[in-house]
Amino acid sequence: MTLREIKELLDAEVLVGHDQLDKEIKTAFGADLMSDVLAFAKAGSLLLTGLTNPQVIRTSDVLDIAAIIMVRGKRPSPETLRLAEELLIPVLTTKYILFETAGKLYAKGIVGCMERVDDERAFT
Amino acid sequence: MAAWKGLTTNVLSHEPAIYENSFPVEGGTYENAGHVSSQIKALLKGMKISKEVVRRAALVTYESEINICSYARSGKIVLQVTPEHVTIEAIDEGQGIVDIELAMQEGYSTATDRIREMGFGAGMGLCNIKNFSDFFRITSEIGKGTHLKMVIRIDKDFDGI
Ligand SMILES: Nc1ncnc2c1ncn2[C@@H]1O[C@H](COP(=O)(O)OP(=O)(O)O)[C@@H](O)[C@H]1O
Ligand SMILES: [Mg+2]
Repeated sequence: MTLREIKELLDAEVLVGHDQLDKEIKTAFGADLMSDVLAFAKAGSLLLTGLTNPQVIRTSDVLDIAAIIMVRGKRPSPETLRLAEELLIPVLTTKYILFETAGKLYAKGIVGCMERVDDERAFT
Repeated sequence: MAAWKGLTTNVLSHEPAIYENSFPVEGGTYENAGHVSSQIKALLKGMKISKEVVRRAALVTYESEINICSYARSGKIVLQVTPEHVTIEAIDEGQGIVDIELAMQEGYSTATDRIREMGFGAGMGLCNIKNFSDFFRITSEIGKGTHLKMVIRIDKDFDGI
């Protein structure tokens, strides 16, 4: 799915990355704990989160996250948005809750970046 | 106290570094937390290093940087790149770690509410660092500070000898 299709599906607003909507997304990870994102999220995945502080952007940069969807209508601070612009990481916001956001994506074929935590430790 | 992963000898000190730089990290604040990691990641991206190695190096740097911001007064991150490996050292001045074995345990954390608000403090940082490095060493002195050394292989055949 492209980021543009995801935006339509989630009735989301693009806050950063209007020029990156053609990006192809296949996997996702959802968490409100950056520690978990760091441990489990894989490169190229979509990040679903309710956190909005600048560390979300830093974490995404470190992990090569393809784009961030802020759920539950969360809107980041200008500082967070500035950092996302600087690091070229798309940020979208949707009014759907995390569960609904994940469900809608899953129904369209987006899968978790790992199925269970005992699969293997995310090394790539 | 010290804990080790990989080789216990300081095998890497004799190689000529092709790149070395030190980056200061401010302790006790999240104002610039992650800034050094982004910088180091961008630097490594500009060198002919595989994406996977860059990502692992960025990740261990970031976890170390967040720990300095969270638990130390001040610190620095030293990056060294040779054709065989990327070495990252995180050296801080601060409270140090009383029980390293405990701190290394998944889930153990002394993080404050302030740290948790940022989404950190799940007690997985040091385990992550260990899992993502090929060589890992941690030493700490109570009341003085903590020193982490992480090595990530570029050359898969490099065995450190
Ligand atoms: N640089 C450091 N200086 C002092 N204590 C530290 C440092 N790094 C880690 N610690 C201690 O080790 C614990 C575990 O660290 P870590 O695995 O990164 O998890 P977390 O940061 O989520 O608590 C911390 O809660 C803290 O008590
Ligand atoms: Mg930590």
